[in-house]
Order: sequence, then structure tokens, then C-alpha cells
Amino acid sequence: MTQKTLCGGLLAVALALICVAGHAQNAAKPQPLKSGLEFTGPEVRDLQRDDFANPGMLWVTRGEKLWQESAGAAGKSCAACHGDAKTSMRGVTARYPQFDAARAGLINIEGRIQQCRERRQQAEPFKYESAELLGLTAYVGQQSRGMPASVTIDAQMRGRLEAGRDLYYRRMGQMNLSCAQCHQDNWGKKLGPETISQGHSVAYPIYRLEWQTMGSLHRRFRSCQSGVRAELSPQGAPEFLDLELYLAWREGGLPIETPGVRR
Amino acid sequence: MTARIQVPASARRGEVIEIRIAIQHPMETGFRLDDSGRAAPKNVVNALVCRYNGVEVFRAEMGSGVAANPFLSFFTVAEASGELVFDWVDDQGQTGSERAALTVKG
Repeated sequence: MTQKTLCGGLLAVALALICVAGHAQNAAKPQPLKSGLEFTGPEVRDLQRDDFANPGMLWVTRGEKLWQESAGAAGKSCAACHGDAKTSMRGVTARYPQFDAARAGLINIEGRIQQCRERRQQAEPFKYESAELLGLTAYVGQQSRGMPASVTIDAQMRGRLEAGRDLYYRRMGQMNLSCAQCHQDNWGKKLGPETISQGHSVAYPIYRLEWQTMGSLHRRFRSCQSGVRAELSPQGAPEFLDLELYLAWREGGLPIETPGVRR
Repeated sequence: MTARIQVPASARRGEVIEIRIAIQHPMETGFRLDDSGRAAPKNVVNALVCRYNGVEVFRAEMGSGVAANPFLSFFTVAEASGELVFDWVDDQGQTGSERAALTVKG
């Protein structure tokens, strides 16, 4: 082998390594990003797009009423501080989860509503999966509809993002599967009769036809944990918030769809 | 019980209009077991009536075959401006009521 071909060979190897490294970075996000809506049938798509037929709108209506209702010892409503949600809550869900100094950790929309309830309204917090909390979360989420998911990762959140990514790629349960094995490596393929989605969180809370009701993102996480026969984490658990942050980063740019409808 | 009603913003006299209603209700069939294995008692919205300016224009009887959060739609003739009042009741005796105003021109 001459020196020239050796150099050429080394160059090729180096280029290949750069390509692999570049690919690994891109691989963290599915290309192209596709909403879960694209993996459902036309009936589900029509149901979500019709603002009256969409059953999730019942929860939004509930949330809209709760927004105006005074609650707790402080006798304040959400509107008393935040005014019209259509302007004050516009884009909020698209920026969550965030870092909360008070709890020195991540907080999602549900957590922020609960925090407001306890601190500002001095009322009992809602149960995590209650119709009230789902309603307010959906109502707040709807105000960001159409806006791109755009979570900001600051220095304090970097560690949480890493933890979320680790969880996303960690095998779990009797099935020994990670989130990534379905939603990163095999989206678009079939799992039984279902087409595997990319697993984005932009439509949550969603009305899931299988549940016959509205459900939170953490309920969906628990369904997946149950599906791979892993131990279930409770709704609102720190590891779920890490995962929620990782998903928010991963789906960056996709428009918010709340309230979504899924099978 | 939360409900949503959709009527046209306005209608011409004699026009056939679509009225839609969605009610938030679990529509428990009576065939399911709860988390501890006990049968969940049947609880569905079994009767719904719509009155248009006091006159009954639509009535529905529902059973365990209707999905949760029932969504009904029907047609009626716009005759005069006024109010559509919906009343319904479920197996546990819980009642719900919701109304919508209709403007008829001409």
C-alpha cells in the first residue's frame, strides 16, 4: 500500500467517524418530527379538529369555568391574578416544564396549578388525575394551540434533561424495553394493529378513546410502564418530570395541539 | 355535569338547523369491574329532552351501549327567536340542564 492510499484510507475512516458522531447527535430526535395525529386514522383526526365534537373540549369548558371561580381561604379565582387566560396563558404550555426555585426542581403545568392553589388561593390541591386539574391543564394548554413547543434548557435544568434522556434510553420491566426502542428506533412500524408513534407530548392532556376520558401525560407514561411490565411511578414523580422535560426538548418545534384526541 | 351546546349564531325563519349537545358523563355500563373487583353499578344518562320555547322538539333514551361523554345531534326548524333548554337525568338521579339562545330573522 502506498503512502497516498494509506492517507486516503485514514481520511475515509476519519470522515466516517465524523459522520457517525453527527448521526448519533441527530438520532436523539426523530427526523422528521411527526405529531401523534399522523399515526392515527382519519376519524380520530376529524374528531380532534372539530372543536365541538372533540370530547376533550368538555374538559376545556370545565377548566374555563374553574378559571373564573373563587376558591380557598383567599377567596381568589385564577382570573383574579391572571386575568383573561386567552392573553395571559398564551404560549405558557409551550414553554413547560420549567425549573422552580421554590421546590429546587422541575415543575410542569399541573404542578404550577397546584402550587397556585395552595399558595395563592390557600385551597386544597386537586388530585393529580381529577377532572378539575385535567380541565384547568387542558384550558391553559389550549391557549398555546398552534404555537411551537419551545422549552428553554437553562444551566439548572441541564442535569434534569440528562436524567430524562437516561430514563428514555434505559431498558425497564419484564419486557426489558426502553422508550427509545419503540418511539425512537421503530416509529412508523406496527406493534400489533397499532402504528408506533414518535411519542410526543404536544397534545396532552388528551382524550383517549381507550380510556373513554381525558388523561394526563403521566397517566400515559404509566400506561407505557404497565405495557412493558415495569413498576409504575406515581403521577407527578420526579422521574416523570425529567422524562417530560426530555420529551419537551425532543419535540421542540412541533405545534401544541391540546386538547388532543388519540385512540 | 359539564355540557356544551352548539346552535347556529342566527337562522332564517323556516330554515332547518342542526343542534348539537355533548355531555360530560362516564356512562358506566354496569358490566365493568372496579379496581378491587366489584361490579361498578350501571350509571348512564338515560333520558334527555330538548324544549324549544317550551315545546318538546327532541327526546332521547339512552342505555349502556352509548359511549362515555355522549354527543347527540338533531335537526329542527327555526321558527322564532328564543331559547333551547336541555334537561337530562342519569341512573343515580343526578340531573343536568343547559340552555342556548337562538336568534331567528325574517
